[in-house]
Amino acid sequence: MTLADFIVTNAPALLVAIPLFAAFTSPAVGKISTAARNLWVMGAMLLTAAVAFILAFRVFSTGTVIYVFGAAATTLAVPLDSGGIPIRIIFTVDAMSAFMEIICAIVGTSVLLYSLSSESKNTSLEGYYALFLLMITGVFGMVSTGDFFNFFVFLEILSLASAGLIAYRIDGGLAVEAALKYFVLSTLGAILVLFAIGIYYGQYNALNIAMIAQRMQFTMLDKIALVLLIAALAMKCGAVPMHFWTPDAYSMAPSSVTAFLVVASQASLYGLFRILFTFYNVTLNCVTVGWIIIILGILSMVVGVTMAIPQKDVKRLIAYCAISQTGYMLLGVGVGLAVLGNAALSNAFGFVAMEGGIFHIFNDAVFKGLLFLTAGAIFYRIGTCDLNKMGGLGHNMKYTMIFFIIGALATAGIPPFNGFASKLMIYESVYLFNPILAIIAMVVSILTLAVFVKVFHSIFMGPQLPEYADVKEAPLPMLIGMGILAAIVILFGLFPQLVVNGLVAPAAHALTNQGGYISSVLGGA
Amino acid sequence: MLWNLPFITVVVLTFIGIVTVLLKKNLIKILLGINILESAVNLFLVSLGYREGGVAPIFTLAPSELMVLPTPQALTLTSIVIGVATSALVLSFAMVLHKKYGTVDIDKIRRLKE
Repeated sequence: MTLADFIVTNAPALLVAIPLFAAFTSPAVGKISTAARNLWVMGAMLLTAAVAFILAFRVFSTGTVIYVFGAAATTLAVPLDSGGIPIRIIFTVDAMSAFMEIICAIVGTSVLLYSLSSESKNTSLEGYYALFLLMITGVFGMVSTGDFFNFFVFLEILSLASAGLIAYRIDGGLAVEAALKYFVLSTLGAILVLFAIGIYYGQYNALNIAMIAQRMQFTMLDKIALVLLIAALAMKCGAVPMHFWTPDAYSMAPSSVTAFLVVASQASLYGLFRILFTFYNVTLNCVTVGWIIIILGILSMVVGVTMAIPQKDVKRLIAYCAISQTGYMLLGVGVGLAVLGNAALSNAFGFVAMEGGIFHIFNDAVFKGLLFLTAGAIFYRIGTCDLNKMGGLGHNMKYTMIFFIIGALATAGIPPFNGFASKLMIYESVYLFNPILAIIAMVVSILTLAVFVKVFHSIFMGPQLPEYADVKEAPLPMLIGMGILAAIVILFGLFPQLVVNGLVAPAAHALTNQGGYISSVLGGA
Repeated sequence: MLWNLPFITVVVLTFIGIVTVLLKKNLIKILLGINILESAVNLFLVSLGYREGGVAPIFTLAPSELMVLPTPQALTLTSIVIGVATSALVLSFAMVLHKKYGTVDIDKIRRLKE
């Protein structure tokens, strides 16, 4: 067996194994020299991204890939002597998981490249890189696993690593305070998830997602488990009214970490959608639960953007906008869920709404990542995030300014950027479902634009301030990291149809197709 | 009734844990509340795995008949390990906060603006 075959066969395992190995070895490599560690960490990240792309290509061309740990063959989900129960740990990578993996690979690579120079002035970098790679492990694990207990384990790896990184800059205790808030909440969330796992295991004797989905009865206990899971995961993805940790954590973490925290929140969003569509699907009371998700989405959109307006700290402001963008994803997928049981409505607009919501996950990860990275570049050069102290930076930081414009306009949903493409899909389909919701969504977009016009003006416009006269442009690795994301924002905005047909539609199909997920693991059925 | 005792204990422990997390102001006590909640979940998992008269899956000693599936015990072990990591992290946060703020009272740890 050649190396290429080995990588293709074991891609799902390598996706978690490479960053995990690199995370724990990077402090040792760092003892040799800083350059060696940077090379080691970046190499591991590029390798992981390459494996993720190979795997995603395989999933999009041939369908769901399963990987069984420790079995005679990696595709042998149900051992012959187990009585039809998939007893081993399984990674099930369907189109939706592959979609999330592409996001994580792209954002992870550009953020790591960015942090090579943005964090270079700081001390105890060995911890930074180890924790960052653990975050990557956590996200990849959460989106690929086909075993619900493993989902909990990766969720905890992700929260522990994220909390460590949020507190990383200490900042007179402020960052630790933010990290504490985040970590106590996510631990409580994780305990709720574990309770739900116990409830499923007690009823169905299974931890495998496909097995639980197949046996799902929607009893009273399942309803309790559903409530626990929605509460925990909606909190983890920062939906209003459980968003209190988001602005603190996003603003106190180093910008590079914040850009990846957006992806981490979206991994929780993925978990939420996976539970709703793969565990329950039509056994659920789709209309009620769909409306709960829609209301969470609308609340997040409105509260997020109105809280963004008075903010004085640029990262806090972007964090509130991130909450409002999460609302769009919840709205789109919620509408898709609300009409899931009705084939006519689903075909008319429900499916397009889901595609819009899922497409927006990708777009949000890219443009919010870009905005946080530009905020980080500004902080790197002038040492403050306070909007009142900034001004006239457009004279010195031209590229950063261009990247900020791209990110801000994409967030507000202005063509030709990618935010427009996904928001248009959401507006059109949600309008058919309920016009008021679509109008709220548009008004929120306009407010977002207003917020960013104000921010843009106070950061970059105006005369050059004397104290910033000799501010230089951000260093090259940071510009490349931002450039990758900006290029994707523009490309996806110019060719949305390609992306929708190639990536988003298969992902949305995979998410709604519960039977396909079950049969890919358990066979037949 | 008697075999429901573990589950009743789970409910009581959960209640105590949640009340502690919500009402206590001392960071260390909040951590204790989280630990109690974790114990409640662990007890829940272990109780789910208990089978009356079941054979423990230890191959050297067991008679050759059906054995209990050890999955819940494995889950509990994993969850205990994660709990240790959680406690360590929260305690180290408490240390840093005590050093910087001089208190572990969460009402006084409020320097982040709203």
